[in-house]
Amino acid sequence: MSTRVVIVRAGGANFGSLLAACARVGVAATLSDAPATLRSASHVILPGVGAAAQAMRTLRASGLDRVLARLSQPLLGICLGMQLLFESLAEGEVEGLGLLRGRVERLPAAPRWPHMGWNRLDQTRPHALLHGIDAADWFYFVHGYGVADSADAIALSGHGRPFAAAVARGHIAGLQFHPEKSAAAGRRLLANFFALT
Amino acid sequence: MLARRLIPCLDVADGAVVKGVRFRNHRVVGDIVELTRRYAAEGADELVFYDITASPEGRCVDVAWVARVARELDIPFCVAGGIRSVADAEAVLAAGADKVSVNSPALARPALVDELAARFGSQCVVVGIDVDVRGEASRDWRVVANSGKPEQASDAGRDLLAWVREVEARGAGEIVLNAIRHDGVRGGYAHAQLAAVRAATRLPLVASGGAGCAEHFVAVFEHCDVDAALAASVFHSGALPIDALKRTLAARGIVVRS
Repeated sequence: MSTRVVIVRAGGANFGSLLAACARVGVAATLSDAPATLRSASHVILPGVGAAAQAMRTLRASGLDRVLARLSQPLLGICLGMQLLFESLAEGEVEGLGLLRGRVERLPAAPRWPHMGWNRLDQTRPHALLHGIDAADWFYFVHGYGVADSADAIALSGHGRPFAAAVARGHIAGLQFHPEKSAAAGRRLLANFFALT
Repeated sequence: MLARRLIPCLDVADGAVVKGVRFRNHRVVGDIVELTRRYAAEGADELVFYDITASPEGRCVDVAWVARVARELDIPFCVAGGIRSVADAEAVLAAGADKVSVNSPALARPALVDELAARFGSQCVVVGIDVDVRGEASRDWRVVANSGKPEQASDAGRDLLAWVREVEARGAGEIVLNAIRHDGVRGGYAHAQLAAVRAATRLPLVASGGAGCAEHFVAVFEHCDVDAALAASVFHSGALPIDALKRTLAARGIVVRS
């Protein structure tokens, strides 16, 4: 099956860099909010720049929340897109998509809030998404909220306390950091995602 | 543990990268995309683009170059200059910027910070502050508006530390503190002001203005506990390659991305 990557258009997110990052790993992604286009994709990415409440309102208003819940192809949530996969979010006190168990909480105020910059991963479970990634690789994070406890965590990072940096369960995966902004290590990760079937 | 970030700042005027001394006498130093590529290859952690003429001229950032940069870069970048509204920020973010930085428009209408944070999340909202240090007492650290055009620059009537606390409460996600009298002079960062701001806020803090050599970076990380150091001329001139600077910082025990 050919790779037909669709990036979910859900509000005022940063699509330009994600499209460019897909192109850098040889994948021509399309941007869409059409349910049929999402369903026919080989891989779906739910991106995330924005505030949680606004993003969920956009998804619900368009019915994309139900479309995303019924997908069976690999689905990758990035940053806020990963947080939306969970049951509830403290930011704006909104319900998420509920595809993964857990709650997204505000990160501790110390040492800094939000968590902004380059940090490393502590892999807790082997997963094809993290193939070729090791503890020396740096990834770019920019977020104020995170999931402290997830049974689906495959890698943790830490800022004040540990949080899930990467999660995976069945066809669903999430990255709290931005692979599209994480130079060579990020390219590797995106390529790993597109290799999932 | 977070790495301390090194951020080349590209001042943009009329679509070209320029450099002035203390915000005056700009000259063109290079092409945006060319410099962007060079800095990403050297290991810059992030880039900041200041459209230094947008705010004084009352216009928003030209998003065409933002989109060109986004296609090139696989590290984050922030865009500043004349962003006055949620719609302005949305255009810049949609073109591919990761963060927007507001300065004079936030001084003119502080609710802009709340609106941007509510719409895009705090992590997206940087507040740039230009400070004119007129004396040692913190009441003499004056916030300046419209510093991009010296003839329009004016005292914003705000105490530096009070403004820092206010923007944090309004939902800012990062502070860039630029010391006007240090800018372009290469005499080191404004330690007293940075340390005071560091103590006043939990937000990530970026030092700006005054870098002239590797030792200035070591000093600002060691003494002011800033999260990032921003510089322009010392990087643009090639005097201090970022990869070499990172080796120096690492040797001094400062955690950097390698």
